[in-house]
Amino acid sequence: MTSIGTGYDLSASTYSPDGRIFQVEYANKAVENSGTAIGLRVKDGVVLAVEKLVHSKLLVPGANRRIQTIDRHIGMASAGLLADGRKISQLAREEGSKIRKMWREPLTVKALSDRISLGAQAYTLYSSVRPFGVSTIFGGVDKSGPSLYIVEPSGVCLGYHGAAVGKGRQLAKTELEKLKLSELSMREAVMEAARIIYLVHDDNKEKEFELEMTWVGDESNDLHLPVPDDLLEEAKSRAKAALETFE
Amino acid sequence: MDHFPTNWGRPRNDAFDAYATHPIHQRPYNGPKDTFADGVQRTQQPIVTGTSVLAIKYKDGVMMAADNLASYGSLARFKDVQRLHQVGNYTVIGAGGDMSDFQYIQYILEELSVEEISAQDGHELGPVEIHEYMSQVMYARRSKMNPLWNSLLIAGFKDGKRFLSFVDLLGTTYTASTLATGYGAYIAQPLLRKAVEGREDIITEEEARKILEDSMRVLFYRDARSLNKFQIATISSAGVSISDSMQLDTTWSFAEDIRGYGAQTQ
Repeated sequence: MTSIGTGYDLSASTYSPDGRIFQVEYANKAVENSGTAIGLRVKDGVVLAVEKLVHSKLLVPGANRRIQTIDRHIGMASAGLLADGRKISQLAREEGSKIRKMWREPLTVKALSDRISLGAQAYTLYSSVRPFGVSTIFGGVDKSGPSLYIVEPSGVCLGYHGAAVGKGRQLAKTELEKLKLSELSMREAVMEAARIIYLVHDDNKEKEFELEMTWVGDESNDLHLPVPDDLLEEAKSRAKAALETFE
Repeated sequence: MDHFPTNWGRPRNDAFDAYATHPIHQRPYNGPKDTFADGVQRTQQPIVTGTSVLAIKYKDGVMMAADNLASYGSLARFKDVQRLHQVGNYTVIGAGGDMSDFQYIQYILEELSVEEISAQDGHELGPVEIHEYMSQVMYARRSKMNPLWNSLLIAGFKDGKRFLSFVDLLGTTYTASTLATGYGAYIAQPLLRKAVEGREDIITEEEARKILEDSMRVLFYRDARSLNKFQIATISSAGVSISDSMQLDTTWSFAEDIRGYGAQTQ
């Protein structure tokens, strides 16, 4: 990397002469090393899925979740440093609580991701802090319908129909682009999400992974819940079958 | 002699009470005063109030009833207030007393529910936990001399078990197979006990509904702060359901035969 040794990468508060902030780019590297996380915003809800790489056989199945519940109706999937993701979820829950206290109404996904992005951006300004090493997908159903946003380490916050972050995001994005997301049902989205996660998983580099999947919308009564076990198993077996024909 | 030990050694205000003749409980406080003390207000009395809540255990679970009235003193101020509130998937909380305090209780329970949901630890709040939590909140508030001015009934059904319990503004708790708050504790409770006690495992849903409706009718006849419009919550293995508002048939023709008081001329 050309940035190394120049001294411009020592602090998030320093630009390089060509206008880049290397600490933010390094944070993005941390995201790229993590298992893929995707989000699908469809007709009647949102589906979140994560390729959770299992680095040790000694771990209890289901440990170190990367999808978290922020509020009844909002979920969050993160890619990058797990502990940074937990800090983001803590901030997000506090935001939900503040909004409920002030306005006595539930948080919207847009307001939440905007607020979180301001915090992320502030961590790109000072030498005393490092930027968050996570890209976070916020998904939920609120008064404006299903919403899906990504907050990046730079503090950028954008809304999406289909979102992908982490190692396999390029392939995942091209697969997402092939789908007519706004016409899909949540059940169809679960199948597609599982297929994409199995597709982007690189068997040669990492052996083990767990598929984590949650949804919010009509199927879950607008609550952020794990996809039911039977549906998850069906999605997994279909994804494996699709993988055979794909290659 | 001042027999009140906390007054000993305190400066006396000679201008106000030169010979310490004031009754002890009215003894003026002459110590340092918090500048903002007058700005702190506590609930001294309920303002907008709900009346009785009734609840009984029956064969399949618990049933609770409360009318839709929120009174402003003796004025029937709000006639479409819901006093039965679902918390989580297994519990209903019914409130008599101050309605703004009840709205605050709904808020803190919502906050608690979201906290528990986002923990994603596989545990769910049941009626037992919610009752314990509310009893701690109510007692803590009364100990701060700032009570939440309510009588609460908490009913639920979880893991095959019925639950019905009471908490009030003092943090007092008790449990029974029939419970009633407010005026209902005097008028309806004896009726409920007669109908339910010893038959908790026999009473069907229809029967339970009839018992509550009959008690609500009696309360409407006798309680001047009640309304002929109420809701019934049923909590059973099928979950929680709170009915739409309903009305009861009442007869008032007997009124003209009443003699001895009122406006009749003879």
